[in-house]
Amino acid sequence: MDLNDSPEQAQYRAKVRSWLQEHRSEAPVFSGQDEQESIAARREWQGTLAEAGLAGVTWPVELGGQGLGAVEQVIVNQEIARAGVPGILDVIGVGMLGPTLIAHGTDEQKHRYLGPMLHADEVWCQLFSEPAAGSDLAAVQARAVLQEDGGWRLSGQKVWTTNAHFASFGLLLARTDPSVPKHKGLTMFIVPMDGEGVTVRPLRKLSGEPDFNEVFFDDVALDADAVCGPVGGGWGTAMTTLMFERLTIGLGSEAMGYRAERFAQAIAADAHARRDPEVRRRLGEVSLELLAVKFSGYRTLSALQQGQIPGPESGLAKITTVRAAIEAGDLIADVLGPEALEADSEWSHMISYLPGLKSAGGTEEILRNTIGERVLGLPPEPRLDKGIAFSELRAAERAAVAAAKSGSRS
Amino acid sequence: MNLELTDEQVFLRDAARDALSRVDTVAAARSAIEDPASLPDLWPTACAAGWAGLLVGEASGGAGLGVFDAMLVMMEAGRVLAGVALLGHLPASELLDRGGSSVTGDVAEGSVRACLVAARPPGDVVSTWTVEASAGSVRVEAPELGEDGRLDGRVCWVPDASSAGVFVVVATQAGGGGPVAVVVDGDDSGVSVEPVMRFDATRSLGHVTFAGASVSVLDDVGADQCASAWYLAQALLAAESLGSVETALETSVAYAKERFTFGRAIGSYQAVKHSLVEILRLRENAYSLLVYAGWAYEDAPDEFPLAASAARAAAGHALDYASRALISVHGGLGATWEHDAPLFFRRAQLSRRLLGGLGDATDRVAGELLAGA
Repeated sequence: MDLNDSPEQAQYRAKVRSWLQEHRSEAPVFSGQDEQESIAARREWQGTLAEAGLAGVTWPVELGGQGLGAVEQVIVNQEIARAGVPGILDVIGVGMLGPTLIAHGTDEQKHRYLGPMLHADEVWCQLFSEPAAGSDLAAVQARAVLQEDGGWRLSGQKVWTTNAHFASFGLLLARTDPSVPKHKGLTMFIVPMDGEGVTVRPLRKLSGEPDFNEVFFDDVALDADAVCGPVGGGWGTAMTTLMFERLTIGLGSEAMGYRAERFAQAIAADAHARRDPEVRRRLGEVSLELLAVKFSGYRTLSALQQGQIPGPESGLAKITTVRAAIEAGDLIADVLGPEALEADSEWSHMISYLPGLKSAGGTEEILRNTIGERVLGLPPEPRLDKGIAFSELRAAERAAVAAAKSGSRS
Repeated sequence: MNLELTDEQVFLRDAARDALSRVDTVAAARSAIEDPASLPDLWPTACAAGWAGLLVGEASGGAGLGVFDAMLVMMEAGRVLAGVALLGHLPASELLDRGGSSVTGDVAEGSVRACLVAARPPGDVVSTWTVEASAGSVRVEAPELGEDGRLDGRVCWVPDASSAGVFVVVATQAGGGGPVAVVVDGDDSGVSVEPVMRFDATRSLGHVTFAGASVSVLDDVGADQCASAWYLAQALLAAESLGSVETALETSVAYAKERFTFGRAIGSYQAVKHSLVEILRLRENAYSLLVYAGWAYEDAPDEFPLAASAARAAAGHALDYASRALISVHGGLGATWEHDAPLFFRRAQLSRRLLGGLGDATDRVAGELLAGA
């Protein structure tokens, strides 16, 4: 049982640490400027990190990356956290969408898009979820229609799109054939966010922060070479992105800051609370879950080092982290009283962020379904959408809603 | 970083599973509720497998393995509800070896069975060494070593106390000074053991009374080692509980696939599926904390109290949940005498209340973090 770096890893860590030590004064500070300035500063910082080889660590060398493993990526994440500087701005692009392009894109696409993505000259967003397609992602309705010249026309709406308001491109899952069952008629596209007919509207979250958006597409023209991966094979392409999403979340959990020690510090400051048996019980329960997640993360890392890819069971760590952090927020606010909910307090920020995080990257319920079926081998629930053309499925859904409405009126 | 089991650990685990499969220990757990004498004696199995000396150094005749290796064996015992008396023996053997006791070789071989009479170390709220009373939530002072060199005190619910050959007792000293670990011969006239069985017949317990017992003090065993023995027992109990969780999960999942209602397997219903995934989630968390405890014992001893307490609380909670889910997934069948589920439930009910209980382990997690904050 060994938690230590190998000599090569220790050497790599030392190199990363000394670079960060030397350059940390160039890093942007976390607060105090407006969003525009902050984004500009973080773009520049990502460029600096990319130049130093600290972005795209796992990308192939010929595409601007370092050609290293997940363990080195984790070392970089840990050292960035340790240095107290921001990481890269475009985690979604570099961590998830870039690797999807690397796996499914054409050579032209890789050479056109990956360099500017890595340096944050062009930030990307993930255009998958829709108002009626979240957990059931294959139900997307955004429609791309093939034109005679080989190009496409795109219409529809996406939602919960992080960074869309300053992104240059989005990777978009659209329906290209409604006459086949829903998983089959999908295609992935690269969409320029400044294209005519693209409208981005910020969505404020519960916390008041505006980093989410809804994005509307009104007859947007796309060239033939906007297709990423096979036409009709968009579901497979999306699965690649989701696999990298799990990996990014799994390897980045330490950076989320939900640590047992941090919560204990908040309680320890209250001389009465720290001796209160009920407070201690709640703190103990929250803490052991967070300590477990920390070591589950090491187990994942160890498995990666042996060449295994994390499966759906890594979703358990996300469930535990969110649940424990919600409990911790409640506990701390119960101890501190209403003052914990003051707008600028770190606890108020955390408490308002977590309810949404519970559904991000898959609701807890859908994660439990997936893990139950794929890890425990339990049978799926009977489905009413298998083998039916998507257009027929939609018609049946509309008829059912209409029947329910007329039924409730009578 | 490498947290995978080594080839040796896989071998140890598989050998333990094999050795414990020769007796139907689960069926024995049922019979023993009505006829305690029918419980098979698994101590010869433990000795033959080398578990008695697992934590004793090679120089003293043991195998010199690590705490995580011991946990792997405990997990296997927990999987089949085997009462192997290692919970009392292993932490005692470790202290005997550390203190250079002359009985260590026999203990490592298993010809003498040792039993730890542990005391809960002081924490950030309670500043004394305490042990379990026979009833109630109040804890009592640990046995005291008098200035005449005699040991007095009473400790209740001690795992594996019955017919132990030698007791290793964590005691305070009259007139102050730190705690000491002392060795008491099982035949000493100053020691008496009242065997007790409650709810789970596989668990041998005893109320141990010392009345002027003669002792030999273990050299070089200070407060840290006395505390470490308590936490080692916590970690071993955690591992044993986790093994039972695994069986509960496997049994529940298998049944959920083959039992049909309304034309479909019950495992396809979200209510059942999510509950089974909850067992898996709690299992994964507890296993990760066992890994933490195993690593901390060797490489970060300052963190061992936190890690072992967290593992104990997590595994105990996992077993509580899993043993109840095991019953409910099986419907009415799960609550019948003939089914195995109630035996795991009995195990869960008793285990959660031993050695300070889950509440104390959870409080200790908070206490360790608050003290370090």
